[in-house]
Amino acid sequence: MKKYLLYPGCSMESSGRAYRDSINAIVEPLDLHFEEIDDWNCCGATEYLGINLIPAYSLIARNLALAAKQTHPVNGTEGTRTVVAPCSACYLNLAKADYYMQERPSLGVKVNEALAAGDLQYTAGTLDVRHLIDILVYDVGLEKIRSAVVRPLHGLKVAPYMGCMLPRPDYQHRWSDHEHPTELDDLLRALGADVIDYPLTTSCCGGHMTQIGPETAFELIRRLVADADERDAQLMATVCPMCQMNVDAYQNEMNRFFGTDYHMPILFFTQLMGLAFGREPKELGIGVELVNSRNALAHIGVEVPVTQEPTAPRKKVEGLPMPRRWTKHEGRKEAVK
Amino acid sequence: MPQMTDERVRAGLTHEEDLSLLHEVSMKTAGVSRLEMCIQCGTCGGSCPAAQDMDHTPRMLFAMLRAGMREEVLRSNTQWICVSCYHCVVRCPQEVHIADVMYALKGMSIRAKLYADSTAPDFSQTFIDMVESYGRSFEMGLASRHYLKHFPLRLPGMMPMGLGMIFKGRMALVPKKIEQMDQLKKILDRAKQLEMIS
Repeated sequence: MKKYLLYPGCSMESSGRAYRDSINAIVEPLDLHFEEIDDWNCCGATEYLGINLIPAYSLIARNLALAAKQTHPVNGTEGTRTVVAPCSACYLNLAKADYYMQERPSLGVKVNEALAAGDLQYTAGTLDVRHLIDILVYDVGLEKIRSAVVRPLHGLKVAPYMGCMLPRPDYQHRWSDHEHPTELDDLLRALGADVIDYPLTTSCCGGHMTQIGPETAFELIRRLVADADERDAQLMATVCPMCQMNVDAYQNEMNRFFGTDYHMPILFFTQLMGLAFGREPKELGIGVELVNSRNALAHIGVEVPVTQEPTAPRKKVEGLPMPRRWTKHEGRKEAVK
Repeated sequence: MPQMTDERVRAGLTHEEDLSLLHEVSMKTAGVSRLEMCIQCGTCGGSCPAAQDMDHTPRMLFAMLRAGMREEVLRSNTQWICVSCYHCVVRCPQEVHIADVMYALKGMSIRAKLYADSTAPDFSQTFIDMVESYGRSFEMGLASRHYLKHFPLRLPGMMPMGLGMIFKGRMALVPKKIEQMDQLKKILDRAKQLEMIS
């Protein structure tokens, strides 16, 4: 059993709960042991970096300092120096702090001076910061993943969405490519899925722009969803809670903004792994997405229990029924703004 | 260095070459920014998925830094529209840390109070307030405070999504606090002092 230090990140406890549930479901069949970093704090996402440099990096480095204390072997388990972050934004922040503290030692000195106020210390380069999918593809290996599959995802057309902060800037050269990496494609194929060609795989979901400049974000989300839809994907697979949140929770708002009618569910790749390993949808957090994946998963014979959803008060339809602006299979698409 | 002759002044030159702004931004960037290496090729703007919403492309902004146009640069919305996707960063032939330069510019524009629209700086500040109070981010508090202040009219439209998230257990109603909040506070306080003197 291989041990790793886990930095879950804040979204795992709320909006990305399904990610955590599904990770818990796949560690056992893959013989992995994730030990959570004690009392970890928020990495600051993309917000703190834009306000104050030293506090932003000190906030991140507290996590590295805490993790470094847990690297030694305990009660028979082997030691480890690898930190696993399943969220791409957390992964990048942790990796970035570790890298920049080395590239610019004066930053490292100041961050350590701040950490010292809390009796902590971190020597940059002590830890290996890696993303969950990196561990699964390169440590566990596709062979082992393939052998754990009991319900192959044959016939499920999946758009592999890697997102931007995972393969870029890639300080430690971990990925096959910066713009068209194949790790997620390979993993989904190992599960038996019908992986579609998805050139936008590392395009941005808008990040925090859904909160501060929704129109910029909606256009980015539209491109992702429209392209997946055009290529006949039944669902998208993601490796990041922020991507999941933006594409899933804001899809309806995006549709309203452009007058479109997309329905493109997006699941965490670990949820698809769980399904392929024979787990039930409920224990994988399937069904908590706002754009439901029920129809998509019916293609592989998975039945997602119907949960009753609260609906907004329905507006009364007034006047004659008007044709919808367009639907997918009704010939020529009307140009969308 | 050429002198500020009358003919140069008449032709509209306001100052001699002054790279102090460029160096200031470079020093405030995490890591070694390599901003001085920019060759104005425009790969950054051409790679940017959000350039259509920017006042200036990154290339233009870097040329303005070189020309010492402090106010115009800090007033630009470019650094606030940047989505940190790092497309430009991996394509830049000079390996300029463009996304991190944008973070440095955000900080400078906040301190100079020169941002055109307060939505983004307020969002960052609210996020930080949550983190400094709890040690963790608190989506519910963040979203409700931010929307009430900046998009009150969008709130009714957001209700189905908000309710959906709460109903599906994806939005915690109370924040989670880390155990060693004192320790984190001490670290951040010291870090803020260090930021001042640097």
